[in-house]
Parts: sequence; structure tokens; C-alpha cells
Amino acid sequence: MLTRRDVFQAIADPTRRAILLLVASQSMTAGAIAANFDTARPTVSKHLQILNECELLTQELNGREIYYHINAKKMKEVSDFIEPFRNMWDDRFNKLEAIMKKHKNK
Amino acid sequence: MERKTKIHAEEGKQDLTITREFDLPLELLFKANAQAEIIEQWMGTKVLKFESKKQGGWQFETKDEKGNVVFSANGVIHEFVLNRKIIRTFEMDNTPFGVQLEVAEFERITDDSSRLQIHAIYESVAQRDQVLKLPFAQGINMAHNRLQDIVSKLR
Repeated sequence: MLTRRDVFQAIADPTRRAILLLVASQSMTAGAIAANFDTARPTVSKHLQILNECELLTQELNGREIYYHINAKKMKEVSDFIEPFRNMWDDRFNKLEAIMKKHKNK
Repeated sequence: MERKTKIHAEEGKQDLTITREFDLPLELLFKANAQAEIIEQWMGTKVLKFESKKQGGWQFETKDEKGNVVFSANGVIHEFVLNRKIIRTFEMDNTPFGVQLEVAEFERITDDSSRLQIHAIYESVAQRDQVLKLPFAQGINMAHNRLQDIVSKLR
């Protein structure tokens, strides 16, 4: 099952932000990216997969190697910041609704 | 899950609108925004004072487990019309965000549904944009703290 990923969850992780910073300057292979971290290679792969699913990274096959690029368009969407603000209010209002439904049934 | 809350914030403006429809009768929606003991349940902060009347004052405060105050905010209520409208000021203490004016309007849709619209007006475009970015910055800080916790346990 393909879960819908939240872009802001994706970039809330420090390793994933570090990966984005690395790839922002030049496209890189998974191996070259992983070489910058002490984390195990499969962990880095998992991070790459999440970033890819969120469309923050795009893949390109060059010979036998897959290169990762940053998706500038998606990054711009992230930078308009409204989504976390909306989510914060949505969470609060969901709670409000749940609390008041209990009141109603009393 | 679909997000039911809508935010309207135009670029270069110093206000924004938060709109949400609730599966609640108007009276219950209003009550949730007018009574201290209910506000603190969904806002996730302690309500020290909430005088639900014209020229009443309000005060929120959140402490961490060590008892340090991590969030405090205050304001006055300018208008309080039962089941219709609350106009109040909102200021976060010890922050550069200034004072915002909030006009909250409550509207009946059906017997079991209602709408809340909050129009928030900030002192400047820059201050509005800073407040919009707040939850984003907090998310990053929280991620940093988690990482720090994990790293310090590894040592």
C-alpha cells in the first residue's frame, strides 16, 4: 500500500533535511549520499524513498546509476508555510469537535 | 484524513482568515470558545483567566514538566455576543509578534452543524508571516530535540 506522505513530516526529520541540503548543490547517487552519514545504508535508502514519494526528490537513470535531484518546484510549495499552520488549527478544531460531541451525549 | 480547516492568507496582506465547519450545533461550538474549562482542553494550554464579557480579560499559560513557562498569551475581549461573535485581542508574551485582533463569527448551518470564521488582523505583513511560520519552526525544533535525545542516549 502506498501511503500518502506529508511533505512537512518529511522535512521535520533532520537526516532528511540534511539529504535535501546535500542534493541541492548537485545531483548524487544513493551511495554518495549515504557516504555522508554514519547511519546504516538501508536507513538512508528509506529516507530517500520517503523524499521521493513526497516528490521532494526526483530520480534519473544515468548509465547504470540512479541519480537523485532536488525538485525545486515542490520545495517552493513547502516554503509557503501555510500547511503546518492549517494543520495546527485543524488538530485543535478536531479536538474541540470530539470534546463537544461528548458534551452533547451527556 | 482530509483537513476540514481552511486558511485564507493572501501574499503581502496583514490579515488571514481561518474557516471551519463543525458537526456541532451552534450553541455547543460557541460554548467551546467561551468557557475556560473547555478552551483549555482543545487549545492544549492552561486557561488562567477567561472573562466571557465585553471588556473582559483572558490569559493562557503552558508549563513544561519542570514547571517552566513555555507559552503565555493574553488579551482583552472587545465584544461578546452570545452564539454570534467574539472580538478579542491576542498577544503572545515575550515574543516579537505584536498584538493581533481576532474577530470570531459563529454561524448556524443546520441544527447539527455550524461554522466558525476567525478573521485575524496583525500589526504588519511581516508579523503575520512570522506567526504563519511558527508551527513550521516548532516542528523543526521538536525534530532537533528528538534527535538530541536519541544521540545523548547513544553516548
